[in-house]
Amino acid sequence: MSIISLIIKREFIAKVRNKSFIVMTFLSPLLFVGMAVLVGFLSTMNKDSVTQIAIHDESGLLKKEFKNDKFTHYTDLSAMPFKTAKDTASNSYEGLIFVPKVTAVQDLKEKVEYISEDSPSLDFISDVEEVIDSVITQENLKVLGFDAEKIDKAKADSSLKLSKFSGEESLKGLNEIKVVIGGLFGYLIMMFIVIYGNFVMRSVIEEKTSRIIEIIISSVKPYQLMMGKIIGNSLAGILQFLIWAIVGTLLFFIASSFLGLQMGTSSTVSPEMMDAATANVDKMAKLQMYINEISNLPLTTLIIAFIIYFIGGYFLYSSLYAAIGAAVDSETDSQQFLLPIIMPLILGVYIGFFTVINDPHGTVATVFSIIPFTSPIVMLMRIPFGVPLWQLALSIVLLFGTFIFVVWFAAKIYRVGILMYGKKPTWKELYKWLKY
Amino acid sequence: MGNILEVQNVVKQYGDYTALNKVSLQVPTGSIYGLLGPNGAGKTSLIRIINQITMPDSGTVLLDGELLKPEHVQYIGYMPEERGLYKTMKVGEQCLYLAQLKGMPLSEAKKQLKYWFEKFEIESWWDKKIQELSKGMAQKIQFIVTVLHQPKLLILDEPFSGFDPVNANLIKDEIIELNKKGTSIIFSTHRMESVEEMCDYIALIHKSNKLIEGKLEDVKRQFRSNTFQVGILTNDVEGLMVKLTQKFKIDQTHFKSLNDDLKLEVALGEHTSNELLSILTNFGQVTHFVEKIPSVNDIFIQTVSK
Repeated sequence: MSIISLIIKREFIAKVRNKSFIVMTFLSPLLFVGMAVLVGFLSTMNKDSVTQIAIHDESGLLKKEFKNDKFTHYTDLSAMPFKTAKDTASNSYEGLIFVPKVTAVQDLKEKVEYISEDSPSLDFISDVEEVIDSVITQENLKVLGFDAEKIDKAKADSSLKLSKFSGEESLKGLNEIKVVIGGLFGYLIMMFIVIYGNFVMRSVIEEKTSRIIEIIISSVKPYQLMMGKIIGNSLAGILQFLIWAIVGTLLFFIASSFLGLQMGTSSTVSPEMMDAATANVDKMAKLQMYINEISNLPLTTLIIAFIIYFIGGYFLYSSLYAAIGAAVDSETDSQQFLLPIIMPLILGVYIGFFTVINDPHGTVATVFSIIPFTSPIVMLMRIPFGVPLWQLALSIVLLFGTFIFVVWFAAKIYRVGILMYGKKPTWKELYKWLKY
Repeated sequence: MGNILEVQNVVKQYGDYTALNKVSLQVPTGSIYGLLGPNGAGKTSLIRIINQITMPDSGTVLLDGELLKPEHVQYIGYMPEERGLYKTMKVGEQCLYLAQLKGMPLSEAKKQLKYWFEKFEIESWWDKKIQELSKGMAQKIQFIVTVLHQPKLLILDEPFSGFDPVNANLIKDEIIELNKKGTSIIFSTHRMESVEEMCDYIALIHKSNKLIEGKLEDVKRQFRSNTFQVGILTNDVEGLMVKLTQKFKIDQTHFKSLNDDLKLEVALGEHTSNELLSILTNFGQVTHFVEKIPSVNDIFIQTVSK
């Protein structure tokens, strides 16, 4: 067996056997699904509680307009004097809607008051305002001599049809889907780099602090050790990702079928459910269309690009992580050097999510999808929107060119750093090491 | 016999700092060679160059007459001063891994490991992790790892640090045995008594330069001061002193003796030992008469503080 494959094997086994790795691998999906279930459960809990609102309507114009629903119950306290109503409301209601006497309906516009202990939610405020608006609008229409019903009928609801020059139709929500898919891949690369880059760094530091490093590099070249370490750790990472994907999917199905079962048994079929069912059929049809659209995306390009950018990006960054690990004595010392590594990654994600979604072919998005340190993230987010081949080629060539340069550079620091003990180096010293 | 290792005019600089300034050494095949020098003298830099961990800026290193090349790592066994093992890796696996890195086939590595584990009676450690072993136990493993691939040249940097006296002795015996079987050994140490005891050759590096090199006796001869330690039982101390000071430089001294005698250190100068002896015999019974041989320690201190 060649030296480098020996090192890869050892690094892989050491990582995979590590207790915290095993725990993380199997616990993370559990935690993740558990959290999702918990959030879902809590939000249903939240919906169960009904907010009690009192109304004191001296004008008599609004009290009938507030309709009870699942989340809010309105109680009319107009019969009481305002003072009593206010006291009652402050004791046993969430809040009080106070409508003063008005001469004209239009005066309601700025006169209605909501009195409560806690600030109301934004949803509630807009609900109440909507009710007031509709009453005033109805009145306005009547005054102007319009028939409200006719106007409703006359209202149009248009929908812009999108298609490409090639003739394919596209859906409106597609941009979002493209961003989500591209974003998912880009984000995955970033997460992988941050998590497993750190593994590489920790493994370098461990060799340094346990002082085995000098024995190892009296047998192998530092470069071989560094590459073996990066590859071995990434294989362990890929294994972990695969397990996460499989266990996560399984758990998700188990959890969702369990929850679905519970819903089915706890309530009999109600008209609401029927509504929901028809709505679901509609949604399903739409979903089918979206799925068709997704399958029309350049998936092959996307997956090939993902693999290429994954390899390029991961090696680029993890060799830097290795160099940092070699330069410091403990993880706490590494912060100062980690910042410049993490910055471009975060920048890439921000640009991906804010710039690419607005203008996938704009200057900013294009430039950052070509710059090697952000390209693995930004370019992947752009690919679903269709990227000219020359940009893709330029970006990949630059990425791999930089990758080779950075590995060379990192190997130099690594070579010197692993033999320097007991001192936290400065940037200046790192620069000096390059010349040794 | 040729030289297992020849270092020729090796220069190594770190930035503006010169770690090795045209250092040349010859390590004869089959010798135990003491590489001495104070901290920071450049010993570790030199050892790292021999191990091809770093490259010299100029100069050459020959191993067994051949220019140093990557394949040579398997002929060298190196135990660094700063040493350690993977803490969470099992002893057996770790030894096999390190042996394979040195280019040993797996089956051969297993065979050799079995031999050493039986020899040290530590077969039960095979499945233990290093972190479960004591420091001394880990050091034994470290030694095994160093010699496992049967290197022609063994480089030991402070080999006895971390060992208790019993284990230090055990390792010392193993080193001597390996040497008898033909392994050449380079020792880098501050423990002068072990140099005195074990080394045939020594070299002293100080401030990046080699100051002394040669056979241990030759070096000692070079540093002899022509001083004798004398013990005598006499009734006329004053008379003796007067007589002696006419010819020699005299100092009071101490050495172990069963007699209640007068203990002196006499520098011969241009005179001979017989002249001294004839004076002494006139004054009483000579109980002690030995040439003061410079210890490696004396040579070290004398050279370094010059």
